Amino acid sequence: MIKFLLKGLWRDKSRSRLPIIIVSLGVMLTVWLHAYITGFMGDTIEMNARFSHGHVKVMTRAYAEDMNQLPNDLAITGADSLLETLKTAFPGMEWAPRIQFGGLVDAPDEVGETRAQGPALGLGIDLLSPGSREDERLNLSRSLVRGRMPDQAGEALLSDEFAVKLGVNPGDDVTLIGSTMNGSMAMYNFTVSGTLSFGASIMDRGTLVADLHDVRAALDMHDAAGEILGFSKSGFYEDDDSREMAGSFNAMHEGSRDEFAPLMKSLSQQGNMGQYVDITNTWSQYISLIFIFAMSLVLWNAGLLGGLRRYGEVGIRLAMGEEKGHVYRSMIIESVFIGIAGSVIGTMAGLFLAYLIQKYGINISGMMQGASVMFPSSIRARITPVDFYIGFFPGLLSTVLGTMLSGIGIYKRQTARLFKELEA
Amino acid sequence: METTGNIISIKGLYKRFPMGKDVFTALHDVNLSFGTGEFAGLIGPSGSGKTTLLNIIGSLDVPTQGEAIVLGRSIGKLSPRESARLRKESLGFIFQSYNLLAVHTVYENVEFPLLLLNLTASERHKMVLDALEWVGLSPKIKSKPPQLSGGECQRVAIARAMVKKPLLVLADEPTANLDAANSHHILQTMEKLNRELKTTFIFATHDEKVISYLKRKIYLLDGRVDNEELTEAI
Repeated sequence: MIKFLLKGLWRDKSRSRLPIIIVSLGVMLTVWLHAYITGFMGDTIEMNARFSHGHVKVMTRAYAEDMNQLPNDLAITGADSLLETLKTAFPGMEWAPRIQFGGLVDAPDEVGETRAQGPALGLGIDLLSPGSREDERLNLSRSLVRGRMPDQAGEALLSDEFAVKLGVNPGDDVTLIGSTMNGSMAMYNFTVSGTLSFGASIMDRGTLVADLHDVRAALDMHDAAGEILGFSKSGFYEDDDSREMAGSFNAMHEGSRDEFAPLMKSLSQQGNMGQYVDITNTWSQYISLIFIFAMSLVLWNAGLLGGLRRYGEVGIRLAMGEEKGHVYRSMIIESVFIGIAGSVIGTMAGLFLAYLIQKYGINISGMMQGASVMFPSSIRARITPVDFYIGFFPGLLSTVLGTMLSGIGIYKRQTARLFKELEA
Repeated sequence: METTGNIISIKGLYKRFPMGKDVFTALHDVNLSFGTGEFAGLIGPSGSGKTTLLNIIGSLDVPTQGEAIVLGRSIGKLSPRESARLRKESLGFIFQSYNLLAVHTVYENVEFPLLLLNLTASERHKMVLDALEWVGLSPKIKSKPPQLSGGECQRVAIARAMVKKPLLVLADEPTANLDAANSHHILQTMEKLNRELKTTFIFATHDEKVISYLKRKIYLLDGRVDNEELTEAI
């Protein structure tokens, strides 16, 4: 009997292949869209992570208390040795020491007198070490408006709007006037190698980006870093993992009363980022749920119609003496088979599509005036463990429920009535 | 034609269907009995109640009032499971539009009723081949219904109804979709099976070709037995 039913299922395209294709398409869209929304919604978080928060950030306890003021006098000293410790303790992370600072940028005339001057936010990052991923992480090369990336010590990038305001072009010299780690006045000359678009007005108004070693030299911060940012190698922020990592790192220094002892914070533990992560996750879930619900209705309906159009066959089988329960069960088993097959195929296809978009992204630079630091030039999907099973909700449950619902008619109708429908 | 004993006994049978706020009475006080080996027909125009009566005899429907005893079982008192068992073991159906399973071969269509009887593969194989030989369709064993003519489809349906050698075969307008030549061929086949296997055939029809083959003609009008004719002593 099972062989007979399987033969029927295999040969009747409208009973097997067509429903499997419909379920596969529905599941594929569900999986792909979930991964896409997760990636899209996470992009803003990732942008914040890349630019200022990291997936985790290591600072001194004292620095952490006033981190909004960028108190470099409370920066980490012995940063290189701490960096090595972090690399050893957390091999799944990439670490990036940075110094954020404020100062004045002075543009001199041909005799060295001040021609123009403006306040600037400064960012010292590792631009020149071989293997550094900071350029890629901050999308700097793609955000160049004029000139080129720094390739030697003493070179810096300015935000383009700022450079225009100062009347500075690539190749010109500027002087950073600021404060050293110890509170004395710092002056340091940079050659502007290029200008950048940040895509955020506050940064475009006045930002200087230079290699970490130059900034250390300028601010007298030898072997120091305001912050060491950690990024997971997957490139995605995982809140639970990051919190756990921060917890385990901080536990190592729990006994210390040193206010300069290192402290690790996950992205969501910094400022109001926790709230932002929660909102993003919630919206991501709402959007996914709405789509899953809509897709469930579609597949439910497909299961329902698939069952209804078989009332004729049901009539024949009942006339031959098959019991209603047996007919009903065989329809459910068929729909389970179709649901599983469609869900597996759809999940694989959806994951494949999502993987392509996760790896290569959808380039949206053509839709924007130009790339900038704060806006990535491509949108990426993000595959999470949920994507491996989320498609089974509409794919399997809805298909089976639809069939179960349509199959109830077998019980509700007199056998003779099923016959009428068969004859029709 | 020889018959022995009653296999169907219908007494004071009514069948009513709700129609909106009204009730439509399809069968009024029907009293009939059929013996083994009969070749009988319920004859009447559309709406006369012949298909309803056939459905009740075939335990596809239940009486509203009265009694229909088929092969010793009261149709109105059977549970769905007992009803299915009666159909599975003792009844065969032939329909106007053949109602074959289009994706299955001739062999598989005929084999289907036997699968429900839990027979061994070799038993089923022999019975299916025998049934197809009775209806002259052995060469078409691997064909599927869409590859067959209407007459051939109906012969497959007859083979499917006869394969388990049921005591009773119910045929509802079996020739309605067939031309004259095919109709006669089908009827001759059924007559032969009735003669050789002693299977009782009850038709619901208004086709003159079918009527001409019947040994017992029961005329229904507006749900009542209007007249009855015997063309051969029963």
